[in-house]
Amino acid sequence: MDKVLEVKDLHVSFDTYGGIVKAVRGVSFDLKKGETLAIVGESGSGKSVTSKALMRLIPNPPGRISKGEILFDGRDLAKLSEKEMQRVRGKEIAMIFQDPMTSLNPTMKIGTQIMESLIKHQNLSKSAARERALELLRLVGIPQPEVRINQYPHQFSGGMRQRVVVAVALSCNPKVLIADEPTTALDVTIQAQILELMKDLQNKIDTSIIFITHDLGVVANVADRVAVMYGGQIVEMGTVDEIFYDPRHPYTWGLLASMPSLDTSIQTELAAIPGTPPDLMHPPKGDAFAPRSAYALEIDFEHEPPMFQISDTHFAKTWLLHENAPAVEPPKAVIDKRRTMSSNFAKPRLAEEVVR
Amino acid sequence: MAEKLLEIKNLKQHFNIGKPNQVKAVDGISFDIYKGETLGLVGESGCGKSTTGRSIIRLYNATDGEVLFEGENVHGKKSRSDLKKFNRKMQMIFQDPYASLNPRMTVGDIIAEGIDIHGLANTRKERMDKVYELLSTVGLNQEHANRYPHEFSGGQRQRIGIARALAVDPDFIIADEPISALDVSIQAQVVNLMKKLQREKGLTYLFIAHDLSMVKYISDRIGVMYYGKLVELASSEELYKNPIHPYTQSLLSAIPLPDPESERTRKRIVYNPNVHNYSEGEELEMREITPGHFVYCSEKEYKQYKSIYSK
Repeated sequence: MDKVLEVKDLHVSFDTYGGIVKAVRGVSFDLKKGETLAIVGESGSGKSVTSKALMRLIPNPPGRISKGEILFDGRDLAKLSEKEMQRVRGKEIAMIFQDPMTSLNPTMKIGTQIMESLIKHQNLSKSAARERALELLRLVGIPQPEVRINQYPHQFSGGMRQRVVVAVALSCNPKVLIADEPTTALDVTIQAQILELMKDLQNKIDTSIIFITHDLGVVANVADRVAVMYGGQIVEMGTVDEIFYDPRHPYTWGLLASMPSLDTSIQTELAAIPGTPPDLMHPPKGDAFAPRSAYALEIDFEHEPPMFQISDTHFAKTWLLHENAPAVEPPKAVIDKRRTMSSNFAKPRLAEEVVR
Repeated sequence: MAEKLLEIKNLKQHFNIGKPNQVKAVDGISFDIYKGETLGLVGESGCGKSTTGRSIIRLYNATDGEVLFEGENVHGKKSRSDLKKFNRKMQMIFQDPYASLNPRMTVGDIIAEGIDIHGLANTRKERMDKVYELLSTVGLNQEHANRYPHEFSGGQRQRIGIARALAVDPDFIIADEPISALDVSIQAQVVNLMKKLQREKGLTYLFIAHDLSMVKYISDRIGVMYYGKLVELASSEELYKNPIHPYTQSLLSAIPLPDPESERTRKRIVYNPNVHNYSEGEELEMREITPGHFVYCSEKEYKQYKSIYSK
C-alpha cells in the first residue's frame, strides 16, 4: 500500500520559564492510504502534540518542532512556510477536535462555516459551495439540511455539532483526517453513531485517519493499526490484533489490565499502574516507564531500550525483548486473551532503523 | 435481604417550575439502597443521574417525594443541628477534581474543614493527626497536607476529594462520576482505593457514571436512567446478562469493548421510544420481572417480559 504520510524522528519541545518541556521525543510512523491508525496514551504522553505538529498547529513560541521530518506528498511539512501550510491545512490534512462545543464559531451560521473552506480551497462560487454544503450535511446524517444550514451552533446538540465538525473536516476530501479524541465528550450511544459515520465515510472517500484516543474500546472498534505512546515516545506499535492479543510492552500490558472487561468479577482487584506519568521537563534516564513498571530491569534505569521488531508490523521498545532478558509473565488479563500470531518472527530482532 | 440504608420514594426534581422552559430533570423515581452495597447509576448525559445524586444529598431541594436515610426524611424542614447530624453521615465525591477543591486552601485545611465544622477534634494536634491518617488512608504523604491543590495531579486530587469525604466518618458516599476526568491508568487506582475503603469501613456507595464497564465492575446493583426516569434496576450480573428494557439493551450494545474481534461483529441496537406504543391511561411503573430485577413498563409489557424471562 502507498504511504500517504511519513513521520521521521519527530521532536517537539516547548520553551517555558521553568525549562524546556520535551513533549515529543523521537516519534516515527507512517500512514498508509485508507487505513486508520490509532494513537493511544494517557494525557501528557504527547499524542495530541504529535497530531498538532502534523498540522503545524503548535503555537510558536513557545512550541517548536526541534527535529525530524513530516513527509507528505514528497514535501516536508515541518519546513513549509505558514503561507504554504495554509494551502495544505484543511484541504489535504483536516482535523476533528475533541470538543464540538468549542471548535465551531458560535457567531457564524454552520452553513457559512462549512462553505468557508470550500470557497477558499476549491475556488467554488458561493452558490456552488452552498450546494456542496447541503450535500455534506446530508452525508453526515443531519436531517432537514435546508433548514439546518442557516442555524447557529447553539441550536445543535452535542452529537449533531460533532457531525457538523466532521462535515467541515471532510469538505475538501482530505487525504488525511486527524481526529483528536472526537468522541470523548459524547455519550456512548452518540459515540457509536459518530464512529459508524466516520467508518462509513472513510469507505466512501478513502481517506486515511489518525485517531487519537485513550479509550481502548474505541481503538478496538476503529483501528487497523495502533501506536501506544508513553512519555513522548511510541513504545509499541502493531496491528490492532497484535496490540490486543499479543502485546509486548509492559505499559501496554498495564493499560489493557487496568480496564475491567464486562466479565471481570467484582472480587478481582484491577491491575492499576502505580505512580504518575513522567515529568517531561526532566525526562527520566533510560526507559521512561521503568519507575512505574513492575517488570523493570536494571538496564531500564540506565539505557533507553531500542525498538525491537516482533513481526513485519509489530514493534516494541522494551529491553524485555532482548535475548538476554529474563522471561516474565504478563498480568493475568493479558495472558487470558493472548494468542499466537502466525506472522511473528522466530525471535524478536532489532528494528533496522534504530529510533533515537 | 440486607438492611435498607436509604429509601428514595417518588423523588421529583423539576427546574424553572411554571415557566415555559420547565425541565423535569428527575421525574418520580423510587429505589432503595442497602447497607454496604454499591449501587451504580448509569445513563446518558442529561438523563438526570447527577441531579438524582444531588437531590439525595440535598444540594437541591426536591420538588416532590421523599428521601429516607435510616428512616428519617432528608428533605423538609430541618433545624441547623439536625442538618449537621445528617451531613456527617452522607458525603459526596465530585466529578471534577480541579473544580471541587478550593485553590486557596491547603490540602490539610480542605480535609480538616469537615472535622472543624463538626468539632471532631479537640486539639490542634488531634486535628492534624486525623488529617495525616486520612492522607495515608488514601495513599498520600503527610507532607502533602501543607501543599495547595494545584501542586497535585488529577488522580492525586481525586484522592484528596475522597479523604475529605471520609473525614467525618460517613456511612454513605455519593460518587458523582469520580473517575471520568482521570486517565485510564489512574482510574483503576482510584477504583481500587474506593473498593478497599468500602471493605474496611463498610461504606455504602451511590456510584454515578457513564462508563458502563467500570460501573459493572464496581457495583452490586445497577439502575439505568432515561429522561428523568429509572427504567431498569437489577443486580449488575443480571442486568448485563438479561437486559430487558429496550433502552438498556441499546445502551449495552453501544459500549465498545477492548477486544477487536468482538468489535468487528458487534451489532448496535437503536432505541426508539415508540416501540412501547403506550396507549393513553396505561399505568407505567417499576414492576418486578424476576426476583430483584425491576423494569419500568406497562401492565401489558409486564406480562410479555414475564413470559419471556421468568423461566
